Amino acid sequence: MIRRAAFATASVLALGLSLVGARADSPPIRIGFIVDLSGEFADYGTEILNAAKLYLAQHGGAIAGRKIEIDAKDTGGPNPEVAKRLAQELIVNDKVDLLAGFTLTPEALAVAPLATEAKKPMVIMNAATSIVTEKSPYIVRFSFTLGEIASVLAKWAAENGIKKVYTLVSDYGPGVNAEGAFKKYFTLAGGTIAGSDRSPLKGPEFAPFMQRVKDAKPDALFVFVPSGDQGVAVTKAYQDSGLAGAGIKMIATGDITDEAVIDQLGDAAVGLVTAFHYSDTHPSEANKEYVKAFQAAYGSKLRPDFMSVGGYDGMHGIYDALVRLNGNADPDQALEILRREKFESPRGPFWVDPDTRDAVNTVYIRKVERQGGRLVNTEFKAYPDTKDPDKTK
Amino acid sequence: MAVELLTLLFNGLAYGVLLFLMAIGLSVTMGMMNFVNLAHGAFAMLGGYLGISLTTRAGVPFLAALPLVFVAVGAVGAGIEVTLYRRFYRSPQLTHVLFTIGLTFMAVAGATYVWGSQIAAMRVPDWLIGQTMFLGLQVGSYRLFLLLVGGAIALALVFGLERTRFGAMVRATVDNRRMAQSLGIDVGRVFSLTFALGSGLAGLGGALAVNFLGGIQPAFPLGYLLVYFLIVVTVGGLGSTLGALAAALLLGLADAAAKFYAPVIASFAIYLVMVVLLMWRPHGILGRR
Repeated sequence: MIRRAAFATASVLALGLSLVGARADSPPIRIGFIVDLSGEFADYGTEILNAAKLYLAQHGGAIAGRKIEIDAKDTGGPNPEVAKRLAQELIVNDKVDLLAGFTLTPEALAVAPLATEAKKPMVIMNAATSIVTEKSPYIVRFSFTLGEIASVLAKWAAENGIKKVYTLVSDYGPGVNAEGAFKKYFTLAGGTIAGSDRSPLKGPEFAPFMQRVKDAKPDALFVFVPSGDQGVAVTKAYQDSGLAGAGIKMIATGDITDEAVIDQLGDAAVGLVTAFHYSDTHPSEANKEYVKAFQAAYGSKLRPDFMSVGGYDGMHGIYDALVRLNGNADPDQALEILRREKFESPRGPFWVDPDTRDAVNTVYIRKVERQGGRLVNTEFKAYPDTKDPDKTK
Repeated sequence: MAVELLTLLFNGLAYGVLLFLMAIGLSVTMGMMNFVNLAHGAFAMLGGYLGISLTTRAGVPFLAALPLVFVAVGAVGAGIEVTLYRRFYRSPQLTHVLFTIGLTFMAVAGATYVWGSQIAAMRVPDWLIGQTMFLGLQVGSYRLFLLLVGGAIALALVFGLERTRFGAMVRATVDNRRMAQSLGIDVGRVFSLTFALGSGLAGLGGALAVNFLGGIQPAFPLGYLLVYFLIVVTVGGLGSTLGALAAALLLGLADAAAKFYAPVIASFAIYLVMVVLLMWRPHGILGRR
């Protein structure tokens, strides 16, 4: 609190000083975005970038006479090598003041050493594997971690009569992360794990896995796959394999019922219970305004989802830091502000843990419902101030 | 135990038929016409999107949409053959590769422009959702449907291409173009028709695959290029319908068995089978030497 007050005082002073010095021809503040705008994750990057631009448009694109410019680069990912090269170009040629975006974990990991070397704050707007923030002291995450989500879902399941769970995750970093956290916290809460499988990231065929699950007779199946066609495929496989009839519930992280794809799931998804930090029907004024503004700017075809909120809040953090520094993007000072951000986000209360530089969310348990011709995630239980339980530094 | 094994067998075969449906169009264009058509996936994607638009926007029933997709994508294929592909038949295969990869990238960008980057899913009738009783086994309805359609297409192609006059003309044209021409075969027309058939099948395969894969998006032609199109055609043997069917079923069964019995190796089981099969028969299971 004292620190905050000190900052406020400092920035008021700085504002006074710079008003004298500010000129219209001051160089712009440049933010380099590294996101996926083409390829199979094009949706992710589009949501992030759209939301970040929306935040800027709502708050005015200049601070202390310096224009804020977004310089967006497309990795066409998953493509860590390209992400690294783009980051190099942004830092060396384009002289950006901050790096932002980062749709996918591998891309964030590839860029992390460059952020450290060049001393550029690196604002993560999605990339949700727990370890990401440990890879550079300049990383601050404004999204969430899978450990955060999966541990809450495990707790909720154990509290609600689910005793035996089978886990099925995509075989890559985030999947392994989700699996580990779910198993650990479900077992700690007294549950047992009936079995665990990892499915190939590229394969759409889940039926043999569903058959294994059915044979193990658990109370529930925990699923993590990345949002998109895999999520639809796994939900359909669950339905077509008769697991529900055998009394096996499906529970998942909210990636599967991401608002950008949920309507493609059809009735197969109704009743599905997921844990996540954002739903576009989150009942708050801030969210209603956000959804309205997003759709006014980009049409109602692409619904704002958790990616977009990561982009919006990340931009909120950056903007706030720049205002308080009065347009002076000193990396270390900006970092100090970014790691102490705390505000009301469309997702609910949000803050960054200063010790881990990682996102702290209210994690909600939600149920898919049909509402006026579209599918929505209705939140029914909240776990406030959830940190990734396995993060220590 | 028996139920378990039969369910696994059924699922493996259904997945195999899906692979067959997605690859058979390529087997026709690449195998019969000797053209390395890496843009196959673009035609499949067009079929997928057309199917979705017809069923969800135009209100055409799913079963009626399928033949429409076949005809429409076939017609687009014929158009592109006459205007573009025809110029490259005599070029080296590297040119084919570069040309068709270029086409694919254009198709990806075009699809993003027209349909957007988000995934689109197919709406299928209720009787194709959930489970059905089949020979005393609880099986996925859509999978059963795929098995039937795939079987019918395989039969039609085997008889159509290997037992009819048109089939003989196609094979004659591929084997010796000048000789076929001197015998009075309209070589250009035969190739156009064959290419239209291959494209139509690609479109049909794409439309049928959407519901199985979960959805379709503009990156589809690149994402599925290797496993779903090239491996099946190569392992099966270029130009052989039965070969492609055998390869697809084998790969489907191998994938199901690996996922069920040894999930740890599931990510690469399909590639392992490919390597073993190609070492055993370098020209494919039923390939001509």
